[in-house]
Amino acid sequence: MQPFRQFAYRRSPDQDAATPVRHPVVIVGAGPVGLTLALDLARRQVPVVLIDDADRIGEGSRAICFAKRTLEIFDRLGLAQAMVEKGVTWQKGRVFRGETELYAFDLLPEGGHKQPAFINLQQFYVEAALVEAVLAEPLVDLRWSNRLAGLDNREDGATLTIATPDGDYSLEADWLIACDGARSPTRGLLGLDFRGEAFEDRFLIADVKMTAPFPTERWFWFDPPFHSGQSALLHKQPDDIWRIDLQLGPDADPDHEKQPEIVRPRIERMLGHADFALEWVSVYRFQCRRLDQFLHGRVVFAGDAAHQVSPFGARGANSGIQDADNLGWKLALIVQGRSPATLLASYDSERVAAADENILNSTRATDFIAPRSPGERLLREAALSLAPLTGFAKRFVNSGRLSLPSAYAGSTLSSDDESWDGGLQPGTPFLDAPLAAAAHAWLSEAFSMGQAILLGDGAAEIAPAGVLAIEPAAGDETLRQRYALEGGTAVLLRPDGHVAARFREPKRAVIEAAIERMEGRG
Amino acid sequence: MKAAATMSPAGKLARESRFADPDAAFRLLAQAHRDLGERESAAFNARLVLILANHIGDEEVLREAVALAREAS
Repeated sequence: MQPFRQFAYRRSPDQDAATPVRHPVVIVGAGPVGLTLALDLARRQVPVVLIDDADRIGEGSRAICFAKRTLEIFDRLGLAQAMVEKGVTWQKGRVFRGETELYAFDLLPEGGHKQPAFINLQQFYVEAALVEAVLAEPLVDLRWSNRLAGLDNREDGATLTIATPDGDYSLEADWLIACDGARSPTRGLLGLDFRGEAFEDRFLIADVKMTAPFPTERWFWFDPPFHSGQSALLHKQPDDIWRIDLQLGPDADPDHEKQPEIVRPRIERMLGHADFALEWVSVYRFQCRRLDQFLHGRVVFAGDAAHQVSPFGARGANSGIQDADNLGWKLALIVQGRSPATLLASYDSERVAAADENILNSTRATDFIAPRSPGERLLREAALSLAPLTGFAKRFVNSGRLSLPSAYAGSTLSSDDESWDGGLQPGTPFLDAPLAAAAHAWLSEAFSMGQAILLGDGAAEIAPAGVLAIEPAAGDETLRQRYALEGGTAVLLRPDGHVAARFREPKRAVIEAAIERMEGRG
Repeated sequence: MKAAATMSPAGKLARESRFADPDAAFRLLAQAHRDLGERESAAFNARLVLILANHIGDEEVLREAVALAREAS
């Protein structure tokens, strides 16, 4: 595989230190999750050492669908606009059975959001944008060809042995964040179980280059005429690249199926022509599994290192980036001595629950696409045959439920809620809204300040120091409606955008109590 | 007859989803089949149909449901 961007190993002064140098945060793995977290921490004035065992960004296309919530996070870090311009924006999909369209869906039918429902963009473009931002960030020390080879995880920190082309050296870390992917060497060094379900069916994932007039929609087929008895997916990426998934069944031989002389005729049947080039081909079997806990002493797991899902629903990279979003502000508070280390227990409980939600949705979709027993296949066929006739059966048809942010129901950081008509409950992810007169044109942009946000009439008067106040202006009806801001109510949003508390009668004292709780001191 | 069943939901049979979480309901049914062979699944389905038909307890609804199931292909 050709590298998309090649970087160079450089010797760090740490390698010549007499005693191991101590760093507050070391991140293992410069993929989308590790890079996002490094950038987020740096913006919060936390210095980070980011190590990666490679020295390049690989060309192979892996994740392609980046969800609205992920784009809001990238926007906060100043990266989304270029990604949206380069990416293929989409929000509609169609599901077919044979040649018949069963239904179409629209993932973002309402306006008043800055970011689209989804963009498709090759993962290497996302990584390249993140690396570029990280290299411009003096607080991130990115070390290529640095492999974590040994780990002593203690109560007060971790000692790392790092292998480089110049030999091994040691580092001390207050916190080690493992973002080193589905095969996580860090997980291996700690001997942790990674349990869950494996699916038997194999899938061919191909990226092909062609010019085609298909719309920028996600098209999914059950039992298509060109690939009898299996499923197929077609989705557009930038640069005239199209992602094709073809189900191959449980008995397919991956080495055989990967051969171009086998792949090409399959895709020719699908496209009806041979005018395309194969960019990338893999044959996969999928798994849904996670660690029991994401927090192990001073080692924290995020992204695929912590949890893995099948791809139907785009819940892999998107959930990993949301892990980073959840972890960044909490880790910054701890490193800066403003919150106790116990705040990270909320990372564990919130993101474990989110992983379970993603695993549940991905498992349901995979089971629908690849039924595991004759009775399940019969039931699936029954749902597909009733879908053109009834609304209820359309709702049973499952080609993947696409990634949405999780609500942190029952979060320990949320304050008790009174009864409300409408608005967003504590734990719920924020909803974007345009702002007519504030310093930011969108609520989502205001999170670039890195602070918690107090929304409401008179917020500036009562917001404690360090909290960004946003008051609805004339014309901010979407904001008022989405947050039920009326009669002097106010809403406190965490730095990661989830609702921490809402107040019928926002007084300084109750707001301060909610912030104590949100920051793990209450 | 076919057009009538498709176009006119004027009968008593519910055709829109009534589940808050249809995926959870489908999974409940699917998982009941997981360890069954083909014949066992068919027998299970038949028992389930009788149980649910009795629960509905309305011959007119049952008649519409039978017609809809015959119509689908």
